[in-house]
Amino acid sequence: MKTDIILCGVGGQGILSIATIIGEAAIQQDLYIKQAEVHGMSQRGGDVQSNLRISDRPIASDLIPLGTADVIISMEPMEALRYLPYLKRDGWVITSSAPFKNIPNYPDLSVLQADLAKLPHVVSIDIEQMAKDNGISRSANVILLGAALKALGIERETAEAAVRQVFGRKGDSVVEANIKALAIGQAAQN
Amino acid sequence: MSTKKLLLGDEAIALGAIHAGLSGVYAYPGTPSTEITEFIQKDATASARGLHSRWCTNEKTAMEAALGMSFMGKRALVCMKHVGLNVCADPFVNSGMTGVNGGLIVLVADDPSMHSSQDEQDSRFYGKFAMIPTFEPSNQQEAYDMMAAAFAFSEQQCLPVLMRVTTRMAHSRAVVTVAEEAAEERPLNYDAVAANWVLLPANARRRNDKVTAQQADLEQAAAESPYNKYVEGADHRWGIIASGIGYNYVMECFPDGVPYPILKISQYPLPKQLVRKMLKDCDRVLIVEEGQPFIEDIVRGISPLQPEHEGEPTVCGRLDGTLPRTGELTPDAVKRALGIAVAEGLPVCDDIVARPPALCQGCGHRDVYTALNEVLAEFDHPRVFGDIGCYTLGFLPPFRAIHSCVDMGASITMAKGAADAGQWPSVAVIGDSTFTHSGMTGLLDAINENADITVIISDNLTTGMTGGQDSAGTNKFEAICRGLGLSDEHLHVVVPLPKNMEEITRVIRDEINYHGTSVIIPRRECMQTLQRHLKQKKNQTK
Repeated sequence: MKTDIILCGVGGQGILSIATIIGEAAIQQDLYIKQAEVHGMSQRGGDVQSNLRISDRPIASDLIPLGTADVIISMEPMEALRYLPYLKRDGWVITSSAPFKNIPNYPDLSVLQADLAKLPHVVSIDIEQMAKDNGISRSANVILLGAALKALGIERETAEAAVRQVFGRKGDSVVEANIKALAIGQAAQN
Repeated sequence: MSTKKLLLGDEAIALGAIHAGLSGVYAYPGTPSTEITEFIQKDATASARGLHSRWCTNEKTAMEAALGMSFMGKRALVCMKHVGLNVCADPFVNSGMTGVNGGLIVLVADDPSMHSSQDEQDSRFYGKFAMIPTFEPSNQQEAYDMMAAAFAFSEQQCLPVLMRVTTRMAHSRAVVTVAEEAAEERPLNYDAVAANWVLLPANARRRNDKVTAQQADLEQAAAESPYNKYVEGADHRWGIIASGIGYNYVMECFPDGVPYPILKISQYPLPKQLVRKMLKDCDRVLIVEEGQPFIEDIVRGISPLQPEHEGEPTVCGRLDGTLPRTGELTPDAVKRALGIAVAEGLPVCDDIVARPPALCQGCGHRDVYTALNEVLAEFDHPRVFGDIGCYTLGFLPPFRAIHSCVDMGASITMAKGAADAGQWPSVAVIGDSTFTHSGMTGLLDAINENADITVIISDNLTTGMTGGQDSAGTNKFEAICRGLGLSDEHLHVVVPLPKNMEEITRVIRDEINYHGTSVIIPRRECMQTLQRHLKQKKNQTK
């Protein structure tokens, strides 16, 4: 078993906390994990990505080779498209549909939507709106994770246990909000 | 007893050091090395023991303090990014001459591909010319394990150890098996040979002969090191020498085992006897190393191979173009070098555009550049000398406000040199942390000659670019400037907010028109640390 995941978005959108939960789930299942991320200048509103690799065998490279990623999980639609050369031909894209426009030349959203629609397996959902509608506005990224569970091959129970572990320190209400977010995301994917 | 933890490479290094009986870490923040010191600052054992972990003013003060701790017999760690090694090159090279007492590790994180740096320099060259043994872990577990080994080696050889990591090692997480308890700290020790530490020419010559002669022992130790290993392979058409993180990319190419002989290098000086064995046994050798062609140069120097075999070059790597000459290695670059097909993913999407980093919304640096641009539009050829920090982003649209960014502190001294050449207006923009790091001495030069420059110390009360670490000069800048001899008349503090634009532009205009040295300090907290502080406050009142 081996899953290679590219997590991406804009600096500050919280892709690293998604990585932390997936990582925790992998550890609970006693799997090997490598997760490369970039810190520093790019975190100031630039495009950011993290390579997350999970396997039942030792993992050599910290970086995912071209054309081999199983899943792209993106907090932003244009950022999802940036990493397509890394995705397997039959790989999954799970993305937030809401654009983050902090540049003057952001492309026309309908063009990006058309590009996404051409992909073999894509889930595009408005996680910000869904989070707001459900009163869990700070858990939008975990809704995205919920929508990715099937593509990742992670059981909901495993993800919930990981959420408890990662957010336990922040109190019950934070844990419950994120468990709810997983369920909402998973339902939206189906 | 051991336990498993998911750790960044930097965190594995930090925990390895604490578990090896560290007494102090000395560092100035710098990507990708910052998280080492931050981990030690938050670690329970480190706090309970009162290990030194406070940020230093710059890499030179850090290196010297660590050497002083080693002199007293204790284990010390100094951490920096690659360009920080330039700042502390003097004490680093001369620590090779003095030698050490307690173990001393100089941890340097290189940044190939320049994710957050101004060059791609490879620190292994420093280790070679300073004659200091160098370790280069290839994964997080090795990084953890190596700390205890490197401290012991440092003490055994009475030399500092340079530990070189790169971005993908520093900023990648993996599960690491770690000890449950930390070894005891070393006691104070007064047995250091006093004369070794006084580098008068007579002592230095003696030490130079000793350390030069010691190089053969260091190379032998590298040949026998458990971190360097020669693994045979049946197919001798190729031999592979792979170091550090490059080794992982080779292994990624061969999930079922490498068919060729492979020499993994994680400890230097390069063990030439192992290299010679490979050169003798194989038709061609591929060198896979992250960074500049350091091993490759040495191998070319000792290779008895003909330049070509069956029409192909025999020593292959970055110099002959088998691997890219610059930039980070990738598993795909190594695949191509080995003639393995790269998997074809989905095609590049043509509709995406670049998303460069930018100053945060509400950031005080924005108001500084807005004001500066407004005033400088009134002059024919203004020049603004920038520096290292978030405000370097002022080069990009919409500001396009700076004309240089070279090294820490260069804004003030370059502005002075330009003014000496006849440039006016000549303006320096420098952050608070960069000013105390390397700007103060340059300001003294300027004040002593009353150079015709305007210095803007954009003070956001933190070291912002690296994530908001304490800044050494907070609350001291006016006193520092006065102490350096600046008159109050030409020292101004303003609050960079849009509502104060009229005042800020007036102050800048007046001081440009004053033909002497002046300092303007726009002061407002960094948006990142402000949000963090507000959140902490909110949590406290809950």
